[in-house]
Amino acid sequence: MEEKTKPKIDLNRVPMPRQEPKVRARNFDEVATGYTLDMALQEAVRCIQCPKHPCISGCPVNVDIPDFIKAVRENNMPEAVRILKSKNALPGICGRVCPQESQCEEACTLGKKKAPIAIGRLERYVADWEREHKSQKAPSAKDPPPKGKKVAVVGSGPAGLTCAADLARMGHQVTMFESSHVAGGVLVYGIPEFRLPKAIVGEEVDFVKSLGVDIRLNSVMGKLATVDELLNSDYKAVFLGTGAGLPMLLNIPGENLNGVFTANEFLTRVNLMKAYLFPEYDTPIKIGKKVAVIGGGNVAMDAARCALRLGADEVYILYRRSKVEMPARREEVENAEEEDIIFKYLVNPKQFIGNDKGWITAVECYEMELGEPDASGRRRPIIKEGSEFTIEVDVAVVALGTTPNPLIPSTTIGLETRKNGTVVADEETGKTVKERVWAGGDVVTGSATVISAMGAGKRAAASIDAYLKGTKS
Amino acid sequence: MFKIIAKEKLCPVVDFMEVDAPAVAKKAKAGQFVVIRVDEVGERIPLTLADWNDKKGTLSLVAMKIGTTTYKLSSLNSGDHILDLSGPLGIPSEIEKYGTVVCVGGGVGVAPVYPIARALKQAGNEVITIMGARNKDLLFWEERLRSVSDELIVTTDDGSYARKGMVTEPLKEVLERGNTIDRVVAIGPAIMMKFCSLTTKPFGIPTIVSLNAVMVDGTGMCGCCRVSIDGVTKFVCVNGPEFDGHHVDWDLLFTRQRIFCDEEKRSFDLWKARHGLTGE
Repeated sequence: MEEKTKPKIDLNRVPMPRQEPKVRARNFDEVATGYTLDMALQEAVRCIQCPKHPCISGCPVNVDIPDFIKAVRENNMPEAVRILKSKNALPGICGRVCPQESQCEEACTLGKKKAPIAIGRLERYVADWEREHKSQKAPSAKDPPPKGKKVAVVGSGPAGLTCAADLARMGHQVTMFESSHVAGGVLVYGIPEFRLPKAIVGEEVDFVKSLGVDIRLNSVMGKLATVDELLNSDYKAVFLGTGAGLPMLLNIPGENLNGVFTANEFLTRVNLMKAYLFPEYDTPIKIGKKVAVIGGGNVAMDAARCALRLGADEVYILYRRSKVEMPARREEVENAEEEDIIFKYLVNPKQFIGNDKGWITAVECYEMELGEPDASGRRRPIIKEGSEFTIEVDVAVVALGTTPNPLIPSTTIGLETRKNGTVVADEETGKTVKERVWAGGDVVTGSATVISAMGAGKRAAASIDAYLKGTKS
Repeated sequence: MFKIIAKEKLCPVVDFMEVDAPAVAKKAKAGQFVVIRVDEVGERIPLTLADWNDKKGTLSLVAMKIGTTTYKLSSLNSGDHILDLSGPLGIPSEIEKYGTVVCVGGGVGVAPVYPIARALKQAGNEVITIMGARNKDLLFWEERLRSVSDELIVTTDDGSYARKGMVTEPLKEVLERGNTIDRVVAIGPAIMMKFCSLTTKPFGIPTIVSLNAVMVDGTGMCGCCRVSIDGVTKFVCVNGPEFDGHHVDWDLLFTRQRIFCDEEKRSFDLWKARHGLTGE
């Protein structure tokens, strides 16, 4: 009698090779160095190609994950590239910065056994393979030459790039307006080189351009032209993907001392302006010996790790709640811990203390304790009276989060915004209350993730396309 | 890329450039600024508009050579390009018929005062302009300012031309003449704007200053340019650049202007060494 053999399930996720913590803490090279072909094949083989493929619905842009993994395991990389890029114009970026653990990988059937397929790492492998094999580039899905209706996309971050790419593939003429001198939004000014090399962002932006998208840099919309002026010229629709670029401040004494930076300024100088290469690049940054970063999100982790790489001796993260409430991605917290970033939980700044020259010398903090859950569902931090203590620092970075820039809402007639400055838009379609205007990404949700912004850009593109098809030219 | 279509040396350390930027020129208003980046490794710096021509599609920029970026800019000639330029940024000057307005321009601040004085004149104001510089060599645009002013007073700190002294002296005299002065606009070095504000304070005349804070993006994103206005933090780039000088925390501005002075010196020393410059 023959016994039916059940295919053996392999529960050993192939780990991501990374630079040693001691080494990487002093350079801006990428921390995770990426799978080799053998590693990618080994990981791809683990996928059981389950019929329900829950991973796809776990992905905000619905990448055909089992299919691209199947192509990887057959070592058919051009096909893997084709499948990935048909849904996602930015795979090299997503493979690096998506929180897969709470999306596709969380949904993965093998996740029940605590060994989900490393979908993000495979995505990155495929994207990197394509970049390294330019000549063998898989023909991307037929790109019709754009001759359709004109659409303006404001902002070239993840939401704008995705929306523009999809609209171009649907045959529309897309012009993308970017305020900065480089396209990519938060991908270039916010996320550091060691997590997301700017060359990769540049190449994926070039891919979007290759679809026929016209990118206009140095174009501060709201100033150079208003949304209404765009609509009154020959643009039939406008998508707002302007992000959440305005820094929130603590509003405590000493916050304007020299040496106290917003995370936006600190990261923009280091990443966008390449201050880590000063004086080869002209933009400077202050290199602290002892640096305190206030906040517990991914931006705080990025700022702390940048400060360390710039040459700080000690870098603190001051977070007012405890580790479990911290919003940063766990992987980034672990990376920071490995690099000897010092986490101080349940502390909140009372004031920044300066010297007579106007420079910060210390941050005075309260100890905190956790009370009842607040509106965010997290336990509310409460000051312990009389618990003040000081930490000597020469640089502090305030990373409390960001809100949308009012430049567009304040210059656009009839756009509805919430109290926090976010633009009101339909969650499914991105449609705002203003005719012919869509919005998506952080400008609608407040600061969130790259992939959720991409999902919003994708849904808006579909809605804009449907609208344009229903209108006479 | 933004083509320089004309360049002129206004004085040994101050350059005038006319730059092709039609979209910006179409929207530009008095008091606004642009952020430029000269080359691929360059930093972003704000420059207040000295003029614009929407028919020709050009902007006029005036910059004093003080460090790496401004020396780089000055090394460009007609036909060359500025890599990046964005604008028009900031809130335009409030232009109304106030009555009599005194416009004060100090040093390179004479340039941005010109379009403001012109707009005030066009709005029907009587415009008294005071322009000053350290010495005769640093004075420029006297005739241009005269053409938009009902009265023009020129000063040099060392007396090498026109009246000897600081701009604050004739400013005080004008205020003491007994005629109603409805508004003062003062643009120049921060220290000059502070003293102009102190001069007008006892007279209770609104005194508009254009703050020259350090900036990066110029669109409200980085917060580098934060200043304190009546104790409230504001961003020069989006809440300004113009504020009433009587409400500005000047000492904070002075301090924050010096944030990167060590680094700026290091960068400039390197630039000078590479370009065989021995310094002034």
